[in-house]
Amino acid sequence: MKPFRDTWLVFQRQMLLVRRTPIRLVIGITQPIAYLLLFAPLLKPALAPMGATSYADAYRIYVPGLLVVLVLLSGLFTGFGLLAELRAGIIERSRVTPMSRFALLLGRALSEVATLMGQAVLITLLAIPFGLTVSIGPLLLAYLMLALMGLMASALSYAVALVIRSPAALGPLMNTVSQPLALLSGVLLPLALAPHWLVSIARWNPFYWATNGTRALFAGHVDDPSVWQGMLVIIVLTVLAVLWSTRLFAQRVR
Amino acid sequence: MIKTSGLRKSFTVKKGATVDAVRGVDLDVTEGEIFGFLGPNGAGKTTTLRMLSTLLVPDGGEATIAGADLRGDPGQVRMRIGYVAQGGGTTDEVTAREELVLQARMYGIGKTEARERANTALDAFQLTEYADRPCATYSGGQRRRLDIALGVIHHPRVLFLDEPTVGLDPQSRAHMWDEVRRLRADGMTVFITTHYLEEADALCDRIAIIDHGTIVAEGTPDDLKREISGDVVTVGIEGSTQHAADLLRDKDDVQRLETIDGGLRLYVDDSSTAIPQILRALDGAGIEFGKLELHRPSLDDVFLTKTGRQMRES
Repeated sequence: MKPFRDTWLVFQRQMLLVRRTPIRLVIGITQPIAYLLLFAPLLKPALAPMGATSYADAYRIYVPGLLVVLVLLSGLFTGFGLLAELRAGIIERSRVTPMSRFALLLGRALSEVATLMGQAVLITLLAIPFGLTVSIGPLLLAYLMLALMGLMASALSYAVALVIRSPAALGPLMNTVSQPLALLSGVLLPLALAPHWLVSIARWNPFYWATNGTRALFAGHVDDPSVWQGMLVIIVLTVLAVLWSTRLFAQRVR
Repeated sequence: MIKTSGLRKSFTVKKGATVDAVRGVDLDVTEGEIFGFLGPNGAGKTTTLRMLSTLLVPDGGEATIAGADLRGDPGQVRMRIGYVAQGGGTTDEVTAREELVLQARMYGIGKTEARERANTALDAFQLTEYADRPCATYSGGQRRRLDIALGVIHHPRVLFLDEPTVGLDPQSRAHMWDEVRRLRADGMTVFITTHYLEEADALCDRIAIIDHGTIVAEGTPDDLKREISGDVVTVGIEGSTQHAADLLRDKDDVQRLETIDGGLRLYVDDSSTAIPQILRALDGAGIEFGKLELHRPSLDDVFLTKTGRQMRES
């Protein structure tokens, strides 16, 4: 019980900070909205080979990709927040209390996930006037998949931040890692359009599976094999990432 | 209340070399005292403090804090101690009340009780007026008071304070001393590190000095000053002090001698016989000397004698 109560406590505190500085939400969401408004209208003709005959089809393909980019990129940069809190002594103050160490990290990661999901819902709503239609059941499953991706990316970012310890190095490193990961999961344009060799590489990228699964869910195809495949890949990776980062946190934060 | 024996910690630095930061610290802090822990930078002061507050795991040795075994049961130690870091650790966007309630909840205290404790703490540390403003708006003194209020919200038996008055103006510092004395009056044991020797002198019941990872002196400030027996005489010398130093070093009354900026500092048994002797010697050798000062040893002198360094330059 205690780890859960502690996680909830840390989560509440981090959400309080988010409420106090709403500007952070705005900054995180500006770029996806720009893509939604300024890039997506090009999509119907571009996605025609995928069978997109209407804007609704185009948005069903594009919006899930955009959401994957959002949770993946924002998640991978949450390590900055952890480093700042370490530097400010906020984490040290909790470490001299009997709080569960696991909770100190997980509560933080979950608050990042909650923020990301808020942004994801907002983007989905904004896409509706453009003709996006999606049924609620599959949508909730898609959100679950996105939430797990966010948790994984955040845990990964914490772990890397704890290893390299330098905000100056974390930024470039995360950029270097995240750009190919995002492109190789076909977030902008589905890899179904890609040449064979590119798809073979993408198959090694876990986010490729997760992106396909999310797209299938937005299209309402809950029984598409890509859904359970994506879900399985993401669940395994999330568990590993959380274990790795909490272990590092217990060992390295001194 | 705090008892350690042989507490050790070493760190691995680059290329596998190890640094023995703390090499066997024995301390015995009794209940209800303000205990000062002094030492030059790099002497092992912070490492010891971090071990005692469970932030670092010792490599060896034993420690019991408020009856709980540091290495066997750090969880219990955490319940019984409070720790206030030098930089505090409050968040700019959050209010004092929110921080206090959260801190109480971190110790497993229920919501209602946490709110009551926050109110009591705000009152006790004269923060009620600012309780609902974000911490970013606080003055240095207010922030420091909040830090300490956070450190004692769970009524610990021992409070660790790391450099509690760094960066405070004299008035806030005096205020902080009063707060610490008030905590002692409530029965709390306070373990404090400081760079200010006058602070240690005025505030602490007993002090320990750590250097090169071991305790080099321990006792009440008065005892330690007495230990460096006799008086301290400072003579201003014009020109080179080398000649004068050689001349005076062997005098019977002079125990120890140091070159300082523009003169010499001499530790003597009895100034009433030593001063004439010093003056006669200097005069006889034709050395021009200026101002001569006499003072009782201060903690600065204790520190210098024990560590060979001035606190300020360290």
